Amino acid sequence: MAITGEIFRQNLTEFLEESPSGSPELHVLAVDDSLVDRKVIERLLKISSCKVTVVESGTRALQYLGLDGEAGSLGFDSVKVNLIMTDYSMPGMTGYELLKKIKQESSVFREIPVVIMSSENVLTRIDRCMEEGAEEFLLKPVKLSDVRRLKDFIMRGKAKEVEKKSLKRMRSIDCSPPLSATYSSISLPCDPSTSLLSTLSSKKARL
Amino acid sequence: MDKIHSLRQVAAIKHSLFEQGYLDEQFIQLEELQDDANPNFVEEIVTLYYRDSSRLITNLDQTLERNPLDFNKLDTIMHQFKGSSSSIGAKKVKAECTLFREYCRARNGEGCRRSFQQMKKEYATLRKKLETYFQMARQAGPKETAFRPK
Repeated sequence: MAITGEIFRQNLTEFLEESPSGSPELHVLAVDDSLVDRKVIERLLKISSCKVTVVESGTRALQYLGLDGEAGSLGFDSVKVNLIMTDYSMPGMTGYELLKKIKQESSVFREIPVVIMSSENVLTRIDRCMEEGAEEFLLKPVKLSDVRRLKDFIMRGKAKEVEKKSLKRMRSIDCSPPLSATYSSISLPCDPSTSLLSTLSSKKARL
Repeated sequence: MDKIHSLRQVAAIKHSLFEQGYLDEQFIQLEELQDDANPNFVEEIVTLYYRDSSRLITNLDQTLERNPLDFNKLDTIMHQFKGSSSSIGAKKVKAECTLFREYCRARNGEGCRRSFQQMKKEYATLRKKLETYFQMARQAGPKETAFRPK
């Protein structure tokens, strides 16, 4: 069981950054033109043990991700972002436009979940964002419970990916423990039920 | 004993700020983000809010002097102001912002000017009250030490 736990941990850190203490951290890129809102979202994320990068515009966000068309030799490897949270109403590039740009990209960037934040509860706006592939639409002001819920959801998604990968690796090195024992040792302590996961992953807007 | 009295005063000021509708739930949300490492987070955010607001108010003043009025621009600026006011829980200021935006949409210049004056008043009042609140909170010191045996 110790072996499978270690494989799980190793695989998890491929997806996530390592914090100074060595535990895997979710890296969130937050985009907002409002100084006040940037500070608040940064704090919400830090308190939720996420690594945070905050930028003030969609253009800067694309630059940070290396998607701005500028020749970047580093590529994606140097910047691992697990979640993007963007304000909707921004001068220049709106959050919606940023969402579209990201979803048009190569598979690696397209996979990054994008959450839209807005102070306005406009159904057509919400629909448009969800249709374009937004993970969720949050009404501002964003609360700590929103961030926690998001983080849980992303981490569970990651855990599922890692489970699959760990299983593949274990099969290849021919581990002896039976499959059922393997699953229980590498699932998260909170052990989400599949029905809960499908509720979270269905693209419902939080109104 | 002095300490507990100060803390009670701070609590009373805070209570009245909520009772009278100056602040809403969002302010409490921000307070919950404070900890030992970040004991003044709310005050820091509010200070940023003042800075931002000053800029936006100046911008609105200038834009309201134009003839004819650019209602779209006014609405955009006020949207920003409403957003940051909402983020700190400034309930009355936020309500005035909403009213202003309604006048913008109705292309009612006089209504805009009136509600802008009212909004500035609410903002000034809130600012004064919050300054008193933070000052008293700082003087009273952290809540925990009040109940530690000497």
